[in-house]
Amino acid sequence: MYQRLRAFRFASPATFYPLAGKLQPPFMALAVGLAAAGLWIGFMVAPTDAQQGEGYRIIFVHVPASWMAMFIYCVMAFWAAAGLAFNARLASMMASALAPTGAMFALLSLWTGALWGRPMWGAWWVWDARLTSTLILFFLYLGFLALHAAIDDPRRADKAAGIVALVGVVNVPIIYFSVQWWNTLHQGASVSITRSPSMATTMLWGMLLMALAFWMYSIAVALARLRSIILERERHNEWVRHALA
Amino acid sequence: MRVALVALRRDLLLAGRRRSEVLTAIFFFVVVVSLFPLGLGPERSLLKRIGPGTLWVAALLATLLGLPRLFAADHADGTLEQMALSPQSFTLQVAGKVAAHWLLCGLPLVALAPLLGLLFDLDADALVALTWSLLIGTPLLSLIGAIGAALTLGVRGGGVLLSLLVLPLYIPALVFGAGAVEADAAGLGMQGHLSVLGAMLALAAFFAPWATTAALRVAME
Amino acid sequence: MHWHSVEEFVAMGGYALYVWGAVGACAVAMIAEPLLLRRRHRRIVRSLRQRRAAAGSVQATAVTAEVAR
Repeated sequence: MYQRLRAFRFASPATFYPLAGKLQPPFMALAVGLAAAGLWIGFMVAPTDAQQGEGYRIIFVHVPASWMAMFIYCVMAFWAAAGLAFNARLASMMASALAPTGAMFALLSLWTGALWGRPMWGAWWVWDARLTSTLILFFLYLGFLALHAAIDDPRRADKAAGIVALVGVVNVPIIYFSVQWWNTLHQGASVSITRSPSMATTMLWGMLLMALAFWMYSIAVALARLRSIILERERHNEWVRHALA
Repeated sequence: MRVALVALRRDLLLAGRRRSEVLTAIFFFVVVVSLFPLGLGPERSLLKRIGPGTLWVAALLATLLGLPRLFAADHADGTLEQMALSPQSFTLQVAGKVAAHWLLCGLPLVALAPLLGLLFDLDADALVALTWSLLIGTPLLSLIGAIGAALTLGVRGGGVLLSLLVLPLYIPALVFGAGAVEADAAGLGMQGHLSVLGAMLALAAFFAPWATTAALRVAME
Repeated sequence: MHWHSVEEFVAMGGYALYVWGAVGACAVAMIAEPLLLRRRHRRIVRSLRQRRAAAGSVQATAVTAEVAR
């Protein structure tokens, strides 16, 4: 029981701020290390693809970006829910800290997806199920960010955006399913841009390491943004004075 | 349940006194639908292909037009707060208001769609499928839209922000609604699509009023 | 090692534009984001310290005036 209470002490912005500061560098270091390993395997070790030549190597950034865009949205919704359920402002701040990074990854996923699609399928954009779902996910991120920015009162902004995140996360599977359905209906039997028939082990390893790298990066960046948000919002509090000394 | 009906009747009465607002949304629907042939050319086979999708998109946009008004007037004169504070269920009152919105903004679209479908040279079967899909789809649009209307209540740039929030959530309805008409035209039957649409409606009828009420409480504190 | 020369590596089998365009965009974004965040943090810290110093000097002036009276 005492252990649980001790953990909750970090639910206060004042105590989490220094902790976040200490956690940031190790996570960033992990990100850099994993990225170096992943890029080495992906670009130096992995063989040429039989069908796609060297162009397939985009998956080493495209797939991790897509996964992170999706994953961050879920984590964001989790923290938004915690913020709403427990009226905890640090949780809501964490959701706000995650959103821009998630939106960035969604955009990178679209950009890298287009660059992959152009040489492979001849078009900069194909209304492939995965790409279309990512586009809609990007819109959901924008909605969250726009609503939060449009409301002046920070707590009201937190809660309203939190509801958007929750409604969004519930809808994401529905949207994904709908787009899949729409895609098969209209494209018939054409091969999906994101489906590859088989993958060499090295390719898988490269992708996995890059995904982990992107994950560590996201944590580091979210912690950094969270620290800025905490300072901006809590600047009238006594502890800020001591923290900055 | 009676609480919802009272709220419904009230909204209908108020809208009856301000008929122009309701008619504006309907005219918007007609105008937007007419824009597509003007933009794409009058070639009949093309229009036949784009007809269901165009009518569905126009229905989405016309529904969006009526959404800011859902809570704004009541919020401005304090009625919304009274509703929230009253001993009656706020959620049921909100449900009544959403039902009124559908009767005023959604149902006219369902009635007009077959007529406008003729502008796209859709045949009788397609018109039937279209009407069914809109009949099930428009309440779904009202329910989802109400959440957006509640979230953007009194917010700067509310109307456009509302569109940004709500349109991505409308996409499943659009896919299955317009898809029903296409499936019917392809000989696969509309039941599958309409069932999915119906399931989404059932889910929304359950959860959307609750989410809307939560959003209204946030907006009013 | 998969490549036989640096030129081969850069050329990426003819897909250079696409591969490096994709990897490059990710690199730019993932370097710019932390840098921008660092700038944002420094800016807040700086402005808060300035405000505290200003408030402090106002207090000091008031105290000095009190003491002098």
